[in-house]
Amino acid sequence: MPSTFTHEFNTPAFKGKVSFSTGLFINGQFVDGSDNTTIDVINPTNGKVITTVSEATPKDVDIAVEAAQKAFDTVWGLNAPGATRSTLMGKLAILMQENADELAALEASDNGKTFNFARNVDVAGSIDCIRYYAGWADKVTGQVLETTEAKLTYTRHEPIGVVGQIIPWNFPLLMMAWKLGPALACGNTIVLKPSEFTPLTAIKMCHLMNEAGFPPGVINVLTGYGGTTGHAISSHMKIEKVAFTGSTLVGRKIMESAAKSNLKNVTLELGGKSPNIIFDDADLEQAVNWAAFGIFFNHGQTCCAGSRIFVQEGIYDEFLKRFTEKTRSIKVGDPFAPDTFQGPQVSEVQFNRIMSYIESGKQAGAKVVVGGERQGTEGYFIQPTVFTNVNPSMKIVQEEIFGPVGVVIKFKDEDDVIKQANDTVYGLASAVFTQNLNRAINTAHRLKAGTAWINCVNSLNANVPFGGFKQSGIGRELGEYALHNYTSVKAVHVNLGHKM
Amino acid sequence: MASLSARIVIRATNRELEIPTGLFIDNQFVPSVDSASEPIQAVNPSTEEPICSVVAGSAKDIDIAVAAARKAFNTTWGKNVTGFERSKLLNKLADLMERDQDILAEVESLNNGKPVKIARDFDIGDSIQCLRYYAGWADKITGQTIEVDNKTKLAFTKHDPIGVCGQIIPWNYPINMWAWKVGPALACGCTIVMKPSELTPLTALMLSKLIAEAGFPPGVVNTIPSLGSVGGAALSAHMGVDKVAFTGSTVTGRKIMEAAAKSNLKKVSLELGGKSPQIVFESADLDQAANWACLGILYNTGQDCTAGSRLYVQDTVYDKFISLLVPKAKELVIGDGFDEKSGGGPVVSKTQFDKVWRYIESGSAQGAKLALGGQKRPGKGFFVDPTIFTDINANMDIVRDEIFGPVLSVGRFKTEEEAISLANDTSYGLGAGLHSNDANQCMRVSSALEAGTVWVNQYNLLNNNVPFGGKKQSGIGRELGSYALEEYTSVKAVHWNFGEKLDWPL
Repeated sequence: MPSTFTHEFNTPAFKGKVSFSTGLFINGQFVDGSDNTTIDVINPTNGKVITTVSEATPKDVDIAVEAAQKAFDTVWGLNAPGATRSTLMGKLAILMQENADELAALEASDNGKTFNFARNVDVAGSIDCIRYYAGWADKVTGQVLETTEAKLTYTRHEPIGVVGQIIPWNFPLLMMAWKLGPALACGNTIVLKPSEFTPLTAIKMCHLMNEAGFPPGVINVLTGYGGTTGHAISSHMKIEKVAFTGSTLVGRKIMESAAKSNLKNVTLELGGKSPNIIFDDADLEQAVNWAAFGIFFNHGQTCCAGSRIFVQEGIYDEFLKRFTEKTRSIKVGDPFAPDTFQGPQVSEVQFNRIMSYIESGKQAGAKVVVGGERQGTEGYFIQPTVFTNVNPSMKIVQEEIFGPVGVVIKFKDEDDVIKQANDTVYGLASAVFTQNLNRAINTAHRLKAGTAWINCVNSLNANVPFGGFKQSGIGRELGEYALHNYTSVKAVHVNLGHKM
Repeated sequence: MASLSARIVIRATNRELEIPTGLFIDNQFVPSVDSASEPIQAVNPSTEEPICSVVAGSAKDIDIAVAAARKAFNTTWGKNVTGFERSKLLNKLADLMERDQDILAEVESLNNGKPVKIARDFDIGDSIQCLRYYAGWADKITGQTIEVDNKTKLAFTKHDPIGVCGQIIPWNYPINMWAWKVGPALACGCTIVMKPSELTPLTALMLSKLIAEAGFPPGVVNTIPSLGSVGGAALSAHMGVDKVAFTGSTVTGRKIMEAAAKSNLKKVSLELGGKSPQIVFESADLDQAANWACLGILYNTGQDCTAGSRLYVQDTVYDKFISLLVPKAKELVIGDGFDEKSGGGPVVSKTQFDKVWRYIESGSAQGAKLALGGQKRPGKGFFVDPTIFTDINANMDIVRDEIFGPVLSVGRFKTEEEAISLANDTSYGLGAGLHSNDANQCMRVSSALEAGTVWVNQYNLLNNNVPFGGKKQSGIGRELGSYALEEYTSVKAVHWNFGEKLDWPL
């Protein structure tokens, strides 16, 4: 029997009791893993175990795929009209709204982000996303194409079938919504692996999906490790498509597995080292605030974090002074305290990784203007950190740190900074701060990134596409564009009279 | 001052309720500013008894409503509200309609005559889905970015809401036509002055109450029951209305378009009449075709713009088909909407009743043969029984004109070409149906029929996401589907120069 997670929250931000089964969710049921093993879920504020969840093995992936295929062939796929899918997704959104506080509390305790952000960004954004895609479900249209009068030619945008989805730990619930939304809207069935670090909100969602009335097998959620469960999904011969959000390193493995197995369709949302470019004529106060948000939001654990901050020489000193002050004012502490901005990093592994990047920066001769050390002695808290005096060959400039560590770089002019900004294997996002809108548009168009922010950073909307150029990814999420990832186009040619 | 609500008792279901009877402006029910304005009486067509009176709007009331709609458009709606917000409100409205579906169904049946079950499961069921469908579009109205010259120009389009829309709806599907109009208009960010039919104003007023309850800002939707020649004329000629959408007769449609042309060239969309043909080919499943033919002419007692009022049957299966059709049509029980046995209700009014009977009489007078019907019912209620004429020719009034009652004209043909020719021989072009098991024939004929909707081996069944509208004199524009959004958006192209310097003189 899978365990039940029962907990009484008694925090300044949230009080309430939660209780739900933490088994694998297959065919509408919560079950043990095939090997009867479990994974510990750790509280990153103190390293202690919150609860255990069942562990999935490749055998469980097989079982889940079979359930998903059966559902696709009988109660989902082309058997469930768009309006039906829309109604169920609408119900799910309502249930998420009713359980919003609990979802936020689970997210905060599991991931370490503050309850306030979890509630107002992650949970709110997830609800909006599911609602948005519920609206698409009955609007997936093909085309009728003009060829000759002897032929009727049209396309159908059919669901792909069973899709595999592997999501990360930085926005657990939000990343689940981004994946479920378009996949369900288009009629696919799903085998989803949440991160082994942050499975709780995904499991709670399974309970809500049962309550909403999704037929068994439409969504299956397997908590397991990347190397086993994740690998089984990406190399499965009966999964026709895999969607992954996570590191570029793992993204490569997923694409390789897909190639070696059944050439399944692959979409990837990977890492970034996104430039944030601040020109002399920027609104300085705003630029400072957005720059801080750009790198320190979610403890720097954001794929599109503006982690390389380019400041034009004319305002460099003033910017640095204010930016340092702003960084120093960030409150690091208990995710459930109302005025906390930054909680702990998600895990010990991440903590060590970030600390070693900070160390490498120091070793390479970069200057720490603020932070640079662990915060406190318990849990995985790191001081918001800013480096200057860096050069492009340093690891802290080239590689994605995924922590509250920003580098500030001085630049001369437009051509110079665009060259520096584009000098990266990544291409996820970019930001430009200037009052000169012509220059803003011109710069935005020249930056090689899937998102260009002008006078803002980290500002997303459910209906605007998001994804990477270059090694930051393949394909787009959000907006209508995400639907392309989950449909398979069939062209139908009906001969009306051409005799051979 | 007269009270702005009426107490209605529905004896059949033992229900007592209060219905708002004022004009709905700025989320309030108000009297007419015109003391001379005679109230409109709503009548029960099954019993011919009055139900209650509602305030009738005058041209001055229309002015006030338009001003309220304009104010809302400039301040709380239009570009001042996000698609996400509009989506939420439309979904809320759908939820409220679902909550009140039983009451709404009973009042719809009381005023229009259609059976209560049909009103609830079809009219209202479809309307709820329609609102939800358009709620889903509200945050998906996209323009385009267009490549012109990457060094100098950013070109893009914005799909703006048109503005204040006058919407004039008919009496045959009061709630459903309300939803078809309100859904896309609100999704796109337009504000509305709605004129429901003077014959069936009650459910529109009840729905207006739900608009306020759902949380739409005041002025976004305004409802002015009024005579067509008063409120409808005022809206179509109004200099402050940006667009008028009308569903009704072709005769009135012309007047609306004229008024629009003469006033401010407001945008016009029209859903007008039809004389829609169904064709039965020899390879068809005749039993099924007969069922669809019955649905086509008898659903809603023939009071449907796409009613399949002409039927052409291939020679080789004519006799067999007629022998199937007539008894099936006879099976339909026309009666009071609250009677469980009724499959169809009365026609909506004395005027309609008299009109339908004039056509039935002309059919016989002009030489068509009656295969079914022709007996006027005595007693109260505007009940017309299923009527079938055969041995028709193209010159008869019953074949050329829209009757809008349960009266079918059946002809015969030899070849496919002849069938197509007969079917297309009309100034209308709303719907058409064909029944055949020859796939190539289905493709050829559906391609050749001049109608906005062609049904193959089916009739009458619509879906909220598939567009609907007329060719030829059956209309302008499309409702339903994504196509309806075009009727409520105004495209602005923006050319943003960021790199070109102009020399002067050139």
